[in-house]
Amino acid sequence: MSALIRYISKPHPVSGVTNAKLGIWCFLASELMLFGGLFSAYIVLRGSASEWPHGSAVLNVPLATLNTLILISSSVTMVMSWASLALKNLKKFRFHLSMTILLSLAFLVIKGFEYHSKFEHHHFPSTDNFFGMYFTLTGLHAIHILGGVIVNAYLLFPGSKLYETEPEQFLGRIEAAGLYWHFVDLVWIFLFPVLYLL
Amino acid sequence: MSSGHHHSHPPQEAHSNHEPDLPFWQKYIFSVDHKVIGVQYTVTALIFLLVGFCLMLLMRWQLAYPGKEIPWIAGWFSERQMLGGIMLPEFYNQLGAMHGTIMIFLGVVPLAVGGFGNYVIPLQIGAPDMAFPKLNMASYWLFLIGGVIMISSFFLPEGAAQSGWTSYPPLSVVAAGGQTTWLVGMLFLIFSSLLGSMNFIVTIVQLRADGLTFFRLPFFVWAQFVTSFLLLLAFPPLQAAAVLQFMDRVFHTSFFLPSGLVVAGKVLEVAGGGNPILWQHLFWFLAHPEVYVLILPAMGICAEVMTCNTRKPLYGYKSMIYSTIFLGFMSFVVWAHHMFLTNMGTKMSTFFQITTMIISIPSVIILTSLILSLWGGSIRFKTPMLFAIAFLPMFAIGGLTGLPLGLTAADIHLHDTYYVIGHFHYIVAPGTLFGLFAGIYHWYPKVTGRKMSEVLGKIHFLGTLIGMNCIFMPMFIMGIAGVSRRLWDPTQYAHAVPTQPLNVFISIAAWCMALGQIPFIINFFGSLIWGKKADDNPWQATTLEWATSTPPPHGNFATPPQVYRGPYEYSVPGQRTDFLPQNVKGDN
Amino acid sequence: MSEHSQEEISKHVRTYISVFAALAALTIITVAISYLHLSTGLAIAVALFVATIKGSLVVAYFMHLISEAKIIRYILILTAIFFLVLLLLPAIGHF
Repeated sequence: MSALIRYISKPHPVSGVTNAKLGIWCFLASELMLFGGLFSAYIVLRGSASEWPHGSAVLNVPLATLNTLILISSSVTMVMSWASLALKNLKKFRFHLSMTILLSLAFLVIKGFEYHSKFEHHHFPSTDNFFGMYFTLTGLHAIHILGGVIVNAYLLFPGSKLYETEPEQFLGRIEAAGLYWHFVDLVWIFLFPVLYLL
Repeated sequence: MSSGHHHSHPPQEAHSNHEPDLPFWQKYIFSVDHKVIGVQYTVTALIFLLVGFCLMLLMRWQLAYPGKEIPWIAGWFSERQMLGGIMLPEFYNQLGAMHGTIMIFLGVVPLAVGGFGNYVIPLQIGAPDMAFPKLNMASYWLFLIGGVIMISSFFLPEGAAQSGWTSYPPLSVVAAGGQTTWLVGMLFLIFSSLLGSMNFIVTIVQLRADGLTFFRLPFFVWAQFVTSFLLLLAFPPLQAAAVLQFMDRVFHTSFFLPSGLVVAGKVLEVAGGGNPILWQHLFWFLAHPEVYVLILPAMGICAEVMTCNTRKPLYGYKSMIYSTIFLGFMSFVVWAHHMFLTNMGTKMSTFFQITTMIISIPSVIILTSLILSLWGGSIRFKTPMLFAIAFLPMFAIGGLTGLPLGLTAADIHLHDTYYVIGHFHYIVAPGTLFGLFAGIYHWYPKVTGRKMSEVLGKIHFLGTLIGMNCIFMPMFIMGIAGVSRRLWDPTQYAHAVPTQPLNVFISIAAWCMALGQIPFIINFFGSLIWGKKADDNPWQATTLEWATSTPPPHGNFATPPQVYRGPYEYSVPGQRTDFLPQNVKGDN
Repeated sequence: MSEHSQEEISKHVRTYISVFAALAALTIITVAISYLHLSTGLAIAVALFVATIKGSLVVAYFMHLISEAKIIRYILILTAIFFLVLLLLPAIGHF
C-alpha cells in the first residue's frame, strides 16, 4: 500500500518537499506553540511575582553551560550523520548517530545530577514559582530529549534496515529526526539564558 | 475515463488490494485504512455523543424538579451520586463538566474531523490513503484511550471532574481527584488531534490527484484544511496549560494559585504567587479557535450537500474560501472576549470587541453564499438536504445572539447566564450537529453501499428540529432574566423562580427529543440490512468520492484519477446530464 | 534539498563546523556577560539577543531553512505570528 502513496521518498513537484518533511515541520510548528504557551506563562508569572530569584544564585551555571555545549555538539553530530548518509558513508553515519545518542544521554545524566542536588537542598517544584517553572520547563525538555534518544536509537538499529530497500526514504527519516533534534536544541538555547542567567 | 464512468467497475488490480492477506483484527480493528479509521471515529464519536446527551437528560431532571426523587433509575447510582434518589450537587457538577467535555472533545470534533475528515478527504482529493496511515491509526487509538479515561472517572471513588468544561482555577486545582483524570485524558486527546491535523495538512498539500489544483478542491476539503491549522496551532497552548494545572495538582506548584487563598475557612498551604487568569488566557487561546473547529467542517458538509441537491454550483466559491481562511486567522485574536469580566483594561477590551465584530463578517459571507446557493435551484428535499437547509437559520440565530456577548456593555449582564448556553448551543447543537447529520445521510450510501430510509430520516429531522428549538430558545429568555448557568437548584434564587416553568418545558422538550433520536439509531444500524442498494453515484454528484466504486476498495481508486474541472459543475448549459464529474474530460 | 551532489554536501560539512564554533563561542560569551551583573532590563535584552542569534544559526544551517521550500517558510511565518500573539498575552492585563 505504501507503494501507492506518493512523495514518500521523492519531493512533490509543486510543494518541493516530501511528506515526511512537511509533516515534521507541522509537528515542530505545534511544538513551537506548546513552548510558546509555557514561555508566556513564565512571563506572566515572573511579571506579577513580588520577588524572583536570579537564576545564577540558586542554579548551577557551570554545569548548565557544560550541558549547553553537550547539546550543541549533539546537534552537530546529528547533522553530520545526515550528511554522511547523504554521501553514502554508512560507517561515518553510524558513528555520528551513536555520538548523538551518547551526548544526549550525557545531557540527561548531568540533568539528573542537577535535579538531585536541588532536591538535596530542599528545592522542589512546590518551593516557589521559580522552581515550579524550572522543573516544569526543564522536565518537559528532558522528556523531549528522551523521545529523541528513542527515535535515534530506533533509526540506528532496527530502523536502519530500511536503508537497504529504500535508501532515499531512510535519508528522509534521518533528516526528519534531525529537524526534531535541532528543535530540541533550539528550545534549550532559549531555556538556558531564561532560567539560569536572568 | 469518459462518460458513464460512474457505472463501470474496473477489475481490481491485485497490487492495489491487500485485503485478502489481512487477518480480521488488522482489517477492522488495528486498521491503517483511512476508511476503516473514519468509520471507527464516526461510530465511537456517535456513542460518546449519546453518552454526553444522556448526562444532560439526567441534569434536566434536577433542573425541572429540583430535590425530587428521580423515577425508575435512581437505583443505578451510588450514594456519592444520589442520596435517596435525589441528585447531589457534586454529581450535578460532574454531569455538567463532563457533558461539555464529552460533547466537544469526544463527540463533535472527532465526528467532524476524525470521522468525516478521515473518510472523505482522501476520497475527495483522489488519494489512495492518508499520507501517514500508521499515525492515523495512532491518533484514533489515542483518542479512544483519552475518551475511556475521561468516562472512567465517573467510576472512581472521587467521581469525575466537576469544575466545568472550562476547568477554571483555583477551583479546579483544589477540586477533588476527578480533575487530574480529566487533565490526563485531555493530554491524550490533544496529542491525538495534533497527529490527526498534521496528517490532514500533509495529505491535502501532497496527495491531491493530478489536475486537482487548490481552487478545484471541494469546499469541504478547504474547510478541513483550515480546521487542521487551527487544531495544529491552537491546541498546544491548552496542552501547556494542562501541564501547568497538572503540576499544580500533583506536584503542588502554584502556577494558578494566588497567595493567601482561603479554602473552607483555612489559608491554603502553598507557595502562592500564581495567576488564575493565566489559565483563562491559555484555555481560550485554544477554545475560541475550537469554536471554528466545530463549525467549519459542518459548513463544508452543507456546501457539498446543498450543491448536490440544488443541482447548482456553489455561489461565491472563491469568496467562501477566502472568508474561511480569514476566519481561521482571525479566530486566534478574539479569545479574550470570553474574559471581559476579568478586569482587563478598556484599551484591550476595545481591541477584542473590534476583532470580534470583524470576525462576524466572514461568517456572514459564508452563510450568505450558502443561502444564495439555494436561489433558483431545483431543490431535492432529501433528508441530508433538509438538515443542511435547517443548518442555515440555526447557525444564523447562534451567530447573531453572539454579537451582544461580544460587546462589553451587554456582556456584563449576559455573562455566565443561560443566554450564553442558548447562544453556543445554537451554534453547536442545531448548527454543527445538523451539518453532521446531513453528512451522515449524504455519505452513508458511499460507506455502506445502502441508502438510509427517507421516512425514518424525515421523522428524525422533524423531531430534532422542533426539539432543539424548544430546548434552546427559552434559554435566551432565562438568560436575559439573569438566571446564572451553573445552578444545581434554581428555585433557591428569587430571581430564577419566575422562569422555573421554562425549565420544566425545556426538560420535557429534551426528553421528547431523545425519543426523536430513536428513528435515527434504528435507521443507522437497520439500513445496513434493509436499506435500498446504492450504486456508485446515487446522488449524481460531481466530486471524486463518487467516481470510485461503492464501497471504495482498499487503495480507493483502481487507477489514480485525473481531474479536469472544478468541484461543482452542475446544470452546465448544453450538457446531456445536469452534472459534470471532476474526473470527466470534455463534454458529457 | 533533494539533489545532494558530493561537493555540495562537503561544503555543507565545513559550514556545520563553523556554525558549531560560533554557537560554542556565543554560549561562553552569554555566560561571561551574565557575570557582569548588568541591570535587569539590559541583561534580558542582551541574553535574548544572543539566544536569538544562536537560534537563528541552528534554524538556518542545521535545519536548512535557508534553502527550504516556500511552503515550509509560509507555515513557519504563520506560526511565528500566532506565537507572538501568544507572547503578547501578558500585556493584556495592563492596558
